[in-house]
Amino acid sequence: MHPAFSVIFLTTLLGAGQGLFLAMFTGQLYAIARFLPVQEDQFYALGSLIALLLLVIGLGASFFHLGRPERAWRSAAMWRTSWLSREVIILPVLMALVFAYSVAHLMHWTTPWFSIAEVLGVDATLLLGLLGTIASFALFVSTAMIYASVKFLEEWHSAFTVFNFTFLGLASGFTLAAAYSAYIGNPLVSFFGTWAVVLTLAALLSRGAHLMRNARLKHKSTVQTAIGVRHTAVVQKAQGAMGGSFNTREFFHGRSPETVRLVRNTFLVLVFPIPILLIVAAYLIESTTLPVLAFVIQYLGLIAERWYFFAEAKHPQNLYYQSIS
Amino acid sequence: MTQLALVIDLNVCVGCHACVTSCKEWNTSGWAGPMVDQNPYDGSPTGTFFNRVQTFEVGVFPNTETVHFPKSCLHCEEPPCVPVCPTGASHKRADNGIVLVDYDKCIGCKYCAWACPYGARELDEQQKVMKKCTLCIDRITDATLSDRDRQPACVLACPTSARLYGDVHDPDSEVSVAIRERGGYQLMPEWGTKPANHYLPRQKNRMYISPDELTRVDNPLRKEDLTTYTGEETLDDVAW
Repeated sequence: MHPAFSVIFLTTLLGAGQGLFLAMFTGQLYAIARFLPVQEDQFYALGSLIALLLLVIGLGASFFHLGRPERAWRSAAMWRTSWLSREVIILPVLMALVFAYSVAHLMHWTTPWFSIAEVLGVDATLLLGLLGTIASFALFVSTAMIYASVKFLEEWHSAFTVFNFTFLGLASGFTLAAAYSAYIGNPLVSFFGTWAVVLTLAALLSRGAHLMRNARLKHKSTVQTAIGVRHTAVVQKAQGAMGGSFNTREFFHGRSPETVRLVRNTFLVLVFPIPILLIVAAYLIESTTLPVLAFVIQYLGLIAERWYFFAEAKHPQNLYYQSIS
Repeated sequence: MTQLALVIDLNVCVGCHACVTSCKEWNTSGWAGPMVDQNPYDGSPTGTFFNRVQTFEVGVFPNTETVHFPKSCLHCEEPPCVPVCPTGASHKRADNGIVLVDYDKCIGCKYCAWACPYGARELDEQQKVMKKCTLCIDRITDATLSDRDRQPACVLACPTSARLYGDVHDPDSEVSVAIRERGGYQLMPEWGTKPANHYLPRQKNRMYISPDELTRVDNPLRKEDLTTYTGEETLDDVAW
């Protein structure tokens, strides 16, 4: 497939935004359970505002993928069948919840409404955080299922696609939370850093397994099934047009196999080992800048990762568009 | 229920592209148009087509066959492009089974093109909406036309009658009989899309080529004569 930068930025920015919001709420939950010191409301509010900003930029990027962006409002219509519609519905819901969570903290709406078992005081921020968590995971699943549900894009048609989108989004979000904490001098940096390392390792396991699965993949369609001629030697001589077409531009990345391999190796280095090493180093030398560097490098790696995700997928329609002559 | 479709006979398609040009001519000026070409006279021409004839070579020289392979939207009975469409622009008509795009609803997200394993959909670079074969819906539903004219433009244009058109759900229709009696098949059956369009396979032709048929015996200029000329009398030496 042809990797479109609008979709690359959409999926990576949404992932980091959802991850950062979940990191903020995780910090709050740990504080409620008294595993961590309680932070000022402003910490959660500002963190979730950054998450909201990422979601907004991601949504903005998505419009560049549309031929007719002025009609984008129509895209929520088919939520019963289309994962794209479901994503279009869940994204604004999540944005509203993240915004409300941030406002609730800014306004100190932390007086408990009621309490469960007389220990857990349930206030507005806890409820909004909980709803936001559900919406975040629903969005991870919706975004990933847009790709995973297309069954003949066999590189994508796998549960690994959903796991990767989720784990990579969480990993980049928690790395960003560590960077944010380090930048403002908050002590939670080692808590977020630890989770960032754990989630990055989980993402490495899932993405590594996905790469190995795809390397062994044997495609169902061949040029024989494509034209229905059962002969071992079938070669395309002409594709019905002297130049290119939508089909030759949309479904092939146009790069050499060496470039694609280079991008894969680049993302394997940038997304996983370097951010982990930087966060460990930041913990050891108590650096406030290394976590920021870790996030920037991991995000650049994620752009390469998403590019490779698209470039790797081989669409069966390419069987009809192999030779121009 | 009616399911209109094309049945394409690969035995007689000669790859003349008459279906391609008549399709473009009819549809660019009709309900589905315009279907604009970009850079038509430059090095990289491109444009929107509903129908293309592709050419495949089967076998190894000298035992080769050229297969001209016309391909347009197959109007699947289980169209994977329809459920993925977020706006409902992509739909399958209940009355005749034709898969259509509502150009006023399409947002050009290309998801339906990704979801079509056949590469039958093309984004129009001018209107920025997804386009594909309509089976000439504006012709075949026009009651003012004569029965002969109420057929897709490609079917009317085909000089060898390689394209049959009709209801594949009607067991007595010309297309159903052709599919049944001549082994009509579907493309990429492995995906369960159940294309309505079918193809009639090429009939078995056995060909024996003896080596001396590859070189002309009567070869006065010795253009293809790879054997050594030893000076014996040839036609060239004959005094007329």
